[in-house]
Amino acid sequence: MRLTNKHLFLLKAFMHWAALVPIVYLVLAVMTDEAGGDPVQYIIHYTGIGALNTLLIMLCISPIAKRFKQGVLVQTRRLIGLYVFAYATLHLAAFISLDLLFEWSLFLTETVKRPYILVGMLAYLLLFALAITSLNSIKRKMGKRWQKLHNSVYVVALLVPLHFIWSVKSEIIEPSIYIALTALLLWTRKEQLKRIFSR
Amino acid sequence: MSNKFTKGLLRKMPWHINDSEVTPEAVFKDRRNIVKALGLGAVGASMPSAAHADIFDLFSKDKEKKKFVTQPLAFTKDTNYAKDEIVTPYNKVTTHNNFYEFGTSKKAPAQNSQEFQVEPWSLVIDGEVERPITLGYDDFTKLMELEQRTYRMRCVEAWSMVIPWLGFPLATLLKRAGVTSKGKYVAFETLHDPEQMPGQKNRFLGGGIHYPYVEGLTINEAMNDLTFMAVGLYGKSLPPQNGAPIRLVVPWKYGFKSIKSVVRIRVTSQRPPTSWNQLAANEYGFYANVNPEVDHPRWSQASERRIAEGGLFSAKRIPTLPFNGYGDQVADLYRGLDLRKNF
Repeated sequence: MRLTNKHLFLLKAFMHWAALVPIVYLVLAVMTDEAGGDPVQYIIHYTGIGALNTLLIMLCISPIAKRFKQGVLVQTRRLIGLYVFAYATLHLAAFISLDLLFEWSLFLTETVKRPYILVGMLAYLLLFALAITSLNSIKRKMGKRWQKLHNSVYVVALLVPLHFIWSVKSEIIEPSIYIALTALLLWTRKEQLKRIFSR
Repeated sequence: MSNKFTKGLLRKMPWHINDSEVTPEAVFKDRRNIVKALGLGAVGASMPSAAHADIFDLFSKDKEKKKFVTQPLAFTKDTNYAKDEIVTPYNKVTTHNNFYEFGTSKKAPAQNSQEFQVEPWSLVIDGEVERPITLGYDDFTKLMELEQRTYRMRCVEAWSMVIPWLGFPLATLLKRAGVTSKGKYVAFETLHDPEQMPGQKNRFLGGGIHYPYVEGLTINEAMNDLTFMAVGLYGKSLPPQNGAPIRLVVPWKYGFKSIKSVVRIRVTSQRPPTSWNQLAANEYGFYANVNPEVDHPRWSQASERRIAEGGLFSAKRIPTLPFNGYGDQVADLYRGLDLRKNF
């Protein structure tokens, strides 16, 4: 069976729903004190994990599309990618607003001094570049350079789990699982990655 | 040494006036109706039922968990060591905790510890002492004269609170046991009971710490008047997430030094191992004095986020003080010591 446009529409609607429900949950959890008496760390962690989960889901799309010969699935990657960017934006915004309380000088010195924050910021800047070039009109204008730029999603996929494991005090099991999952997803496209990075 | 059964005045405490501002229990329990009113009932209804039970705890009905019961405690003396700073509300002090024995997230200890058994309890004071002592649960409040001390608490993660503790100076206890001339350090140990403490049973929950959690002080630090054994906070006995039934409070050091649910205090001649130092010696030293000049490798210690009253955006970032502002009382302990090396 081939997926039709109607299927694609329903799938996209489902994806929007699945990406937004966790945000609604977070807002309610914070409002009802379910996120703890001081939910700052909870919010930062929750949105960060949200970005990473969404990124991994996005990286699953093309292997699945290939395996099941459903080319149209690839069209959902932009939608998911923009949610990765949205979660990353919430994550960064929570850090700056709730934790640093808008101390911009502290934000700058911390970014320079702390490797894990620097790694996170690099990943965010790449995501930002990918997000603003995701419009079709810009994609057309950029021509071949577009694909080159968007290959950097694989760099993001390396930076984000590194940022995670570097940030924790001692709880390394969870970030280690994420590193393994990312490695697996990159392994499935090793030929493609070889081509990209040997150029 | 006073050994009498002390009944102090139960004072009217400043937070009593806040009763009217507290969310009434009925409103709190009515949360799910609020959720329904927001039109989100449908979100819960569209989830598979297994997910309901877990992720959507928030919406599920009447899942009232057992709550640990605290007792009011009488005390004789009340000293504020935090000047005119605003005291952190009780609900934040008791729902934002680092106590990895009950899980690594900040809210996990309050959620996973409510059935923790504190009675009977036994705290042993031994090692380089003349008279080893064993204190039972009732002894903490009946044998010792309780006082209230309001201290700043600075976490190594750069957030802080102001907490009114109830307890007694550690020195009182150590003097009763009589420290010998060989006693140079004091080692502390948390209860090891994986059946009650899920973090000790499961590495994923326990965050990779080697249990039981251990801490240590030099004998001079331990004998300093600020070093406190707390059995209560906010006029009541400690809830488990805050280290019931008895915990250490060392206000000029990062919070991880203030070991919770203590079962053993051993006076030693050698420096004892300490849990976070064992885990990452380059990040956590033995002394762990609050010091804005020495950054943690992964974050600045120059300022801190003070958790006080109000919502998410009402927090303030304030400069961190050397020795958490207790330099007058403790700086002498470290004369001649390079605090950058001995962090």
